[in-house]
Amino acid sequence: MSFMYEKLLGGKNGTVGFVLLATLILVVFPLALDGFRLNLVAKYLTYAFPAISLVLLWGYGGTLSLGQGIFFGLGGYGMAMFLKLEASSPENTAIQSTPGIPDFMDWNQLTALPWFWEPFNSFTFTLLAILIIPSVFAYLIGVAMFKRRVGGVYFAIITQVVSLILTVLIVGQQGYTGGINGITDLRTLHGWDITSDFAKNLFYFITCFLLLAVILMSRFILTSKFGRLLLAMRDKEDRVRFSGYDVANFKIFIFCFSAMISAIGGAMFTLSVGFMSPSFVGIVPSIEMVIFAAVGGRLSLIGAVYGCLLINFGKTAFSESFPELWLFLMGGLFIAVVMFFPNGLAGLWEDHSHHIKKRLGFITSLFSKNDTAAVAPKLEGSN
Amino acid sequence: MQDRSHNRGAADSPKGSWVRRSLRAAIAAPLAGLMLASQATYAGVNTTGLAVTDDTVTVGILHSLTGTMAISETGAQEAEKLAIKQINESGGVLGRQIKIIQEDGASDWPTFAEKSRKLLVNDKVAAVFGCWTSASRKAALPVFEKENGLLYYPTFYEGLEQSKNVIYTGQEATQQILDGLNWVAKEKGAKTFYLIGSDYIWPRTSMKIARKHIENVLGGKVVGEEYKPLGDTQFGSVINKIRLKKPDVIYAAVVGGSNVAWFKQLKAAGITGDKQTLLTISVTEDEVLGIGGENLEGFYSIMKYFQSQDNPNNEAFVKAFKEMWGDDSVIGDVTQAAYLGPWLWKAAVERAGSFDIDKVVAESEKGDIELTTAPEGYVKLHKNHHLWSKARVGKWKKDGQVEVVYESELIEPDPFPAGYQ
Amino acid sequence: MGGYTSSELMAIFAMQGFAGISLFSVLLLMALGLAIIFGQMGVINMAHGEFMAAGAYTTYLLSTVTETYFPGFMPYYFLVAIVAAFFVAAALGYLAEWALIRHLYKRPLDTLLATWGLSLIMQQAYRSIFGAREVSPALPDWLMGSYQPTDMIDIPLNGMFVLALTLLITGGVFYLMFKSSWGLKVRATTQNRVMSGAVGINTKKVDRLTFALGCGIAGVAGAAFTTIASTGPTTGTLYIVDTFMVVVFGGAASLLGTIASAFSIAQAQSILEFFISGSMAKVFTLLTLVVILMFKPEGLFASKVRR
Repeated sequence: MSFMYEKLLGGKNGTVGFVLLATLILVVFPLALDGFRLNLVAKYLTYAFPAISLVLLWGYGGTLSLGQGIFFGLGGYGMAMFLKLEASSPENTAIQSTPGIPDFMDWNQLTALPWFWEPFNSFTFTLLAILIIPSVFAYLIGVAMFKRRVGGVYFAIITQVVSLILTVLIVGQQGYTGGINGITDLRTLHGWDITSDFAKNLFYFITCFLLLAVILMSRFILTSKFGRLLLAMRDKEDRVRFSGYDVANFKIFIFCFSAMISAIGGAMFTLSVGFMSPSFVGIVPSIEMVIFAAVGGRLSLIGAVYGCLLINFGKTAFSESFPELWLFLMGGLFIAVVMFFPNGLAGLWEDHSHHIKKRLGFITSLFSKNDTAAVAPKLEGSN
Repeated sequence: MQDRSHNRGAADSPKGSWVRRSLRAAIAAPLAGLMLASQATYAGVNTTGLAVTDDTVTVGILHSLTGTMAISETGAQEAEKLAIKQINESGGVLGRQIKIIQEDGASDWPTFAEKSRKLLVNDKVAAVFGCWTSASRKAALPVFEKENGLLYYPTFYEGLEQSKNVIYTGQEATQQILDGLNWVAKEKGAKTFYLIGSDYIWPRTSMKIARKHIENVLGGKVVGEEYKPLGDTQFGSVINKIRLKKPDVIYAAVVGGSNVAWFKQLKAAGITGDKQTLLTISVTEDEVLGIGGENLEGFYSIMKYFQSQDNPNNEAFVKAFKEMWGDDSVIGDVTQAAYLGPWLWKAAVERAGSFDIDKVVAESEKGDIELTTAPEGYVKLHKNHHLWSKARVGKWKKDGQVEVVYESELIEPDPFPAGYQ
Repeated sequence: MGGYTSSELMAIFAMQGFAGISLFSVLLLMALGLAIIFGQMGVINMAHGEFMAAGAYTTYLLSTVTETYFPGFMPYYFLVAIVAAFFVAAALGYLAEWALIRHLYKRPLDTLLATWGLSLIMQQAYRSIFGAREVSPALPDWLMGSYQPTDMIDIPLNGMFVLALTLLITGGVFYLMFKSSWGLKVRATTQNRVMSGAVGINTKKVDRLTFALGCGIAGVAGAAFTTIASTGPTTGTLYIVDTFMVVVFGGAASLLGTIASAFSIAQAQSILEFFISGSMAKVFTLLTLVVILMFKPEGLFASKVRR
């Protein structure tokens, strides 16, 4: 038990944070918000998956990916393809020239389902594909880049270009992908209506549980020996290499893992929102995901979730009342986080709780013993 | 049309006046409004759980105020507000003043879905005027169908859709394309066509219909078909291809920033209106602001409405629009189509005697609601939720306005055109 | 290509060649400023596109002013506008360096984020000041139309103008970097900041001016682009990825590399576009670049990279 406690929850400090987050999303939100707002939160929480993946990859791994939208999109499209096939039964599409294929294919003169759509008739395959395809894709990119010791800025730009390529491809090949409109009008999952209020609530809770599970898994990785190596690599890559470790393999692993997490978020996004479109694959959403992580605190898994919630709530609220101000505020926030609070919300919380601890000296003694990797090392130039 | 009562008490007064109206109707409308106001406390008017009180009714406006689409959607949103203001001044709908709740779609498709849901579920609006791109409509559509809302959608679009919960006030693809092609074939003796568009669903669907029509009906030939990524600004290679093929007509559906680059580069390459016939379905007065009249001079657009159209309805509309939104505002095709939305809704509501969505839709589906006061002239709502309207070909002048050189008969909307799919 | 005379094919060939060269000059002009900032200073300026837009808006403003107050001056205003665009963008860049960038030299990934924030702010500022609609300045007549050496060949005048401007700026940058004493200081600072400081170079000032110069060139690029496309608040974002690709593919710290890379990307794109659709041409070009970069991460012209 104590192993679980230390490894998964990150000691007392981590446990408190984790329980707080779980209470907030599992109890407070469902009680306080109506169905409409709750569905919004579900959408925000799906963005937390790529944000968490960036904490691992960027905060701890020191490798910034501007392409998490690729994996978010692959996961989302995987799920959307399955749901679209179910929505395109021959009965539903009887008015088409070729019934039984998705409507956008029919409009684009396709007369048969393309081969790569076929397997998505199976739900099991779809679930596996959502997990495996993004990881394989990440593996290919990772091998090519990390084995040649490309990192930092170059990696960021190349992942950005890949996400651009994917967007242009999806928009351009609309007969196969639904084009710029994306894959819309998803209705049922195994005959079960996914647009009902009950379904929306259920998806909310599934998203929450998956998110909490992902946080625990990431914690486990970070508190293991691997996590410590990851940090060491970020700060002094050469030393780790000279100590006999294959640095590239670690990076590839964490990149694949982060791709998988993002893809889970994408799949849940499709389910919660009811469609998928190329506007969640490209450059802008990918950078926004980085913002979520940066605002939450690039070294805090839980902070990433709060970052997501804060920015998206802010976006919704501000764009309703002061649409003009929103971009100024967002830009300013960005700059402020980078320049003044590199550890984001989590950093502020640390500082703040530190003051409280000082006042309540006896608690301090309790906490200081449990400082683990999750209570992060200082952030410095990490070329 | 010949009726000068266009915007005071415009649209159709509740009893049987969708017969063409005369001057008398202008006096009758406010009166009818008063009569209705006294009847309006009927419980029957509001059994629907919508945001309707004894003297107000709430509607939603949902366009992008921020983001890349804000440029295009501004005009539509302004026209809708103008129409609602005019309706309120003439007594409202069923004696109720219209209140507006405006939401920002922020050029982001899930936001459109999200805000539609907010408008329908939280605000319980009686109708929503909004959306611009197909992508935003596709995203919002399932919400409208599920929550049984009513959307008036203003943009000319690719067709292939007909939802119970949407009234399409713009023209679907065939209404815009076929007559323009016929005109150019007859007038210019065109036999060969070069098709070019931005790479997304509307240009591709439009080109597909154009190609079928050119090949099967006009007996012409498509010598090239080209799509450029959205936002691309380099047309050098395409222009060279066009030169090599020497088409009689260039048929263009390029949008956004690319559109400007396309016309500037055409002009720079010496392809101008006096040497080459070019017909576009994606340039309205709004776009000309960015492109510049001198780059378009002599080219043709096919639309259903142009700001310079000469009729009393339009004169009053343009005047009212400029009064409300400033002298330098321009009015494009979609802006006018957006203006029709609130009037069509008012007509349907007053015929139904209720705001109930199902009843309003049922009235709309009878296929005989007309607007004689439409700035474009005259429109009629078809059973299939689209408008009967005319296609017009305009020749661009240097000052950014057109000279209308052709006007079709009323064209029946056909969102699922047989033989063109 | 049956049915065409050889002179027709020659004419198309010539014009297609020019289309490629024209695209090359566009890409190069965009990338030069970035090559200086990224290559020499290692700063990733995501707001580069917005500095271009600053130049474009300056041109638009000047054209409006000239049209209203000095209509007789219209044929010449554009030359003034280019100079003004340079100084406006350079001044903004100077300011940005002072307020933002200089605090982040040790954290290149963070400059990426901070400048992205800056770009959001600049976009909204343009939207608030100039409105959301796309604008284009009225061009002088001598920039419109085409030059016709033969009946069948039309060479766009604006393309030739951009080409000439690009050559001029490139020459200027080369002179500055490799022949002037200021360039010596810049290169010295790039190679060894501490040592440069020790021999009396004011490295902070060098940094600030380098950044301002890069932004100023972006401004010129923006002004030149008003001849081929329009300007809107988000115009800059359209160019930023292409620009980065040119610089990275060329090899970050090498100006020659940037030129070679702009040339090969432009030719590939323009030739491909002649045979396949625009979207797929873009996909193929970018994909090829990514694959090449995977095998040769240091870019065409290697130098000390591998960050």
